[in-house]
Amino acid sequence: MGGRVLLIEDEPNIIEAIRFVLSRDGWRVDVHSDGGTAREAVRTRAPDLVILDVMLPNRSGYDILHDLRADPDTRLLPVLMLTARGQKKDRELAEKLGASRFMTKPFSNGEMLSTVRELAGQ
Amino acid sequence: MAKTALTGTRIRARRIDSGIRQADLARRCEISPSYLNLIEHNRRRIGGALLNRLARALEVESSSLSEGAEVALTAALGAAAAHTGTNAEIGRVEEFAGRFPGWARLAERQFREIERLERVVEVLNDRLTYDPHLAASMHDVLSTVTAIRSTSAILADGEAIEPEWQARFHRNLYEDSQRLAQSAGALVDYLDSAGDSEQGASLPLEELEAWLAAQNWGLAALEEDPDRDLSALIADAPALASSSARDLAMRHLERYRADARALPLDTLVEAVQRIGPDPVLLASACAVDLPVIFRRLAALPEDAFPDRQMPGLVICDGSGTLTFRKPIAGFDLPRYGAACAIWPLFQALQRPMMPVRASVTMAGRDRRRFLTNAISLTSYPAGFNGPPVVEALMLIQPDMEHAASANDLTIGTSCRICVEPTCPARREPSILTLADAPV
Repeated sequence: MGGRVLLIEDEPNIIEAIRFVLSRDGWRVDVHSDGGTAREAVRTRAPDLVILDVMLPNRSGYDILHDLRADPDTRLLPVLMLTARGQKKDRELAEKLGASRFMTKPFSNGEMLSTVRELAGQ
Repeated sequence: MAKTALTGTRIRARRIDSGIRQADLARRCEISPSYLNLIEHNRRRIGGALLNRLARALEVESSSLSEGAEVALTAALGAAAAHTGTNAEIGRVEEFAGRFPGWARLAERQFREIERLERVVEVLNDRLTYDPHLAASMHDVLSTVTAIRSTSAILADGEAIEPEWQARFHRNLYEDSQRLAQSAGALVDYLDSAGDSEQGASLPLEELEAWLAAQNWGLAALEEDPDRDLSALIADAPALASSSARDLAMRHLERYRADARALPLDTLVEAVQRIGPDPVLLASACAVDLPVIFRRLAALPEDAFPDRQMPGLVICDGSGTLTFRKPIAGFDLPRYGAACAIWPLFQALQRPMMPVRASVTMAGRDRRRFLTNAISLTSYPAGFNGPPVVEALMLIQPDMEHAASANDLTIGTSCRICVEPTCPARREPSILTLADAPV
């Protein structure tokens, strides 16, 4: 293991928990909390994998995903989408926009960990 | 004769009153006595031409033999049958309504009630899906639960954690549980209050219309004194249950007041007596705009009109959505959804400021005739750079004097319940069929 994860999320206590769980598993976790500058953060941090929340300040996770897929450098970057609503249309939109995986809050730590391992191993 | 009696029943009653034998009447109208017998017992539909012959033979107006309520009843029964997808005998709907008027009314009422409830469910569903407050509350609850679940799992999974991390996670858990208690409480409060205040029983526009209909569409209090306090008028009205209906009513009252100031009741009544109910002549005579005349005529009591026939009025916004419906007998207005695209109202919508006048007949057997006047206006309440707000109005006046003419526009209520077979503007199939109608 030992890949780099960029967590784009704005809830401090969720950040803390995910960071702890992934760090303990050997991942290096960077955090970014502003949707408006998320795309630049992806470019400068160059992570192996992005965990992207849908509800972010300034720019929605769906728009950020769209930007990432439109950019040749990040077109194939694994992206795990997080959303608080597990509705079918949200999942469909995430899939259409090219999310690698989709996870509904509240998720379990084990689920998060295995999904990250799986995505990074692809 | 009961006012709601069906055409066949009326024909029979009139014939017996006049002392005419069934066979004689049949011969005069060139139909067989057995066919007339079927008609008199409401077992056969009766077309416009034959109805006119029968009316002439019985020396009555054909409109007195048929009644709008009857058409509405059979149309509603047809709609109910189509809606529930049962194999009801649509072709015999008149016979059913004639033989079992009580049951027919019951079926009609229940259908209307079902339609209303379905609409309420739709509105509530929309509220769950689109209400931003509800969505934000749910998001808050789920986010907090996510943090609690992850954090507590870290503490509980048995792996060793450094003491400072442990303390930090305990503190986070405490914070999040506080936050969850708060947001869950707020959510419950919101759901409680939403349930109480809105009642969810009917649509705001229907509440307003019911309130106005109960006052015969004229607001005597404002006619007497346009300066009186509008909010007191609304506060005294239990029919306006929801806050949305009270908002609509307030807007209606403000406009009513402005109209009443521009054209006082006495002036208009006098003008109608002098020059008749033609809205374009009245607008000139009273020096007000057409929309004011339309709205003022729709608020006049029936004894202000020479034939005691109150006009109907519909108003729509730029999307064609009806925002005001004052009904008139024989001209059914759609309760929900879009109206007939041929209504002159929508022609006016495309030609702002140009009055449109058209004689129309309602599709169906009755073919009642109406004179419609329509106009639309554009206003910029938010200034020149704001969005244009478009509104069209159509005044509907009964035209009893003239028979339906080939130049009339044939219109309906709404495609679903319209029987016009060859309408070029139809947008969806009708659920009614008149294919089996004889003559």
